[in-house]
Amino acid sequence: METLGKYFIFLGSLFVNRETFKTYFKLTIDECVSVGIGSASLVSLVAFFMGAVTTIQTAYNLISPLIPDYVISLVVRDMTILELAPTIIGVIFAGKVGSSMASGLGTMRISEQIDALEVMGINSSSYLVLPKILACLLMYPMLVILAGLLAILGGHLAGVLTGVITPQEYIYGIRFEFNEYTVTFALIKSFVFAFLVSSISSFRGFYTTGGAVEVGQSSTAAVTQSVIAILLADYLLAQLLL
Amino acid sequence: MIKIENIKKSFGDKDVLKGISGTFQKGKPNLIIGSSGTGKSVLLKCIVGLIKPDDGFVYYKHNEFTHASRDLKTEIRREIGMLFQGGALFDSKTVEENVMFPLNVLTTMPEDEKLDRVNFCLKRVGLENQNKKMPSEVSGGMKKRVGIARAIVNDSNYLFCDEPNSGLDPQTSILIDELIAEITEEYETTTVVVTHDMNSVLGIGENIMFLYEGHKLWEGNKNEIMDSGVKEFDDFVFANKVMRKLKKLD
Repeated sequence: METLGKYFIFLGSLFVNRETFKTYFKLTIDECVSVGIGSASLVSLVAFFMGAVTTIQTAYNLISPLIPDYVISLVVRDMTILELAPTIIGVIFAGKVGSSMASGLGTMRISEQIDALEVMGINSSSYLVLPKILACLLMYPMLVILAGLLAILGGHLAGVLTGVITPQEYIYGIRFEFNEYTVTFALIKSFVFAFLVSSISSFRGFYTTGGAVEVGQSSTAAVTQSVIAILLADYLLAQLLL
Repeated sequence: MIKIENIKKSFGDKDVLKGISGTFQKGKPNLIIGSSGTGKSVLLKCIVGLIKPDDGFVYYKHNEFTHASRDLKTEIRREIGMLFQGGALFDSKTVEENVMFPLNVLTTMPEDEKLDRVNFCLKRVGLENQNKKMPSEVSGGMKKRVGIARAIVNDSNYLFCDEPNSGLDPQTSILIDELIAEITEEYETTTVVVTHDMNSVLGIGENIMFLYEGHKLWEGNKNEIMDSGVKEFDDFVFANKVMRKLKKLD
């Protein structure tokens, strides 16, 4: 409970005694490049193969002649949009971006760089963390959209190349009884997950004490706790919004 | 001028500072000395506000700092420059960007003026034409110089140095000490240096505060060291054979 309280106080500290808009704008753009562009290749690769594997495995399980083939792509579409793109990519995002944030801030803490900011009269938590959170909120939904598209494309290629489904059936299945709300739901999830990963990882890194070993521990704790938070939030959002 | 009154700080059961009071004068280096673990760095962090003391007051001119509002603290802090033990330079920024950092964040100075000021400060610490080097490319002594340049770039009224000589060879240490003393005199700053380096004490110790087990046991200047009359202080200062011989000669 103490840690939870400290976490909320930390979040509150991000919004007091801030620097100028120009300062944050530049920092946020830098973070966007690091978070978004830096993660795009890994997210693309994972999403593409995730879609391909989902198609093959769904086809393997749908052996009844009574079930039409387009159901394969329908399953791929709903799984991708509702769960795989926002949640699985969220877990990967926590591993890549979360650990990087925690170790970066942890190293700044133990090498007194954060103290240097404080002594200058700069709100170090706001200066260092707010741009990271804003960048994640901006970039993660875009990564989720990219992941969704690439997963569906990966499923299409894998299905067609292995002959489990024709291109026409795949496209038909993708369009069949499409509910736009699933995309809205995925985007809501992506905002929530982006906030959780960036804030928890920053919190863990920001309060690192000790030396190199503790930076590693903070990084590990950031990923573990971000993943747990993602899974809990995933369940709660599904319960509340679906 | 900085005045501290009855500063106390404990961590768990351990009382680190047990009511320290004193005054740090403007325009001359004020040294806080003592063995490792006596609370020198904790006292320095209490003065600059990185650690909140359990009790006591810190006055910058006439403004009480410890219990001040956030805005007043920020205002006072913007007059503070600090040299950290490891330099605390921002790894991802060049020497120039590190020194320019306080100007970028805290002022609205035009770019060319900022660059002039940075070049002036780098020249002042003997680092002309090192602007584009990364912190990882410069030596320990140079990092300290960059740290000093960053600390004075904003025309700071207060300069704090935490172990400025740690990890440096004796010759470079003396150069850093001399630089701190010159800057203090030149810019009329109130400078507080935490050290356990006897070369610093003998070289620039105009106002020395000796801490022992959380208490202030002695205060004086470098000329009064020989006749302190405090056993713990003598044990600290005359710890090696050379210093003991000097004491006997005196």
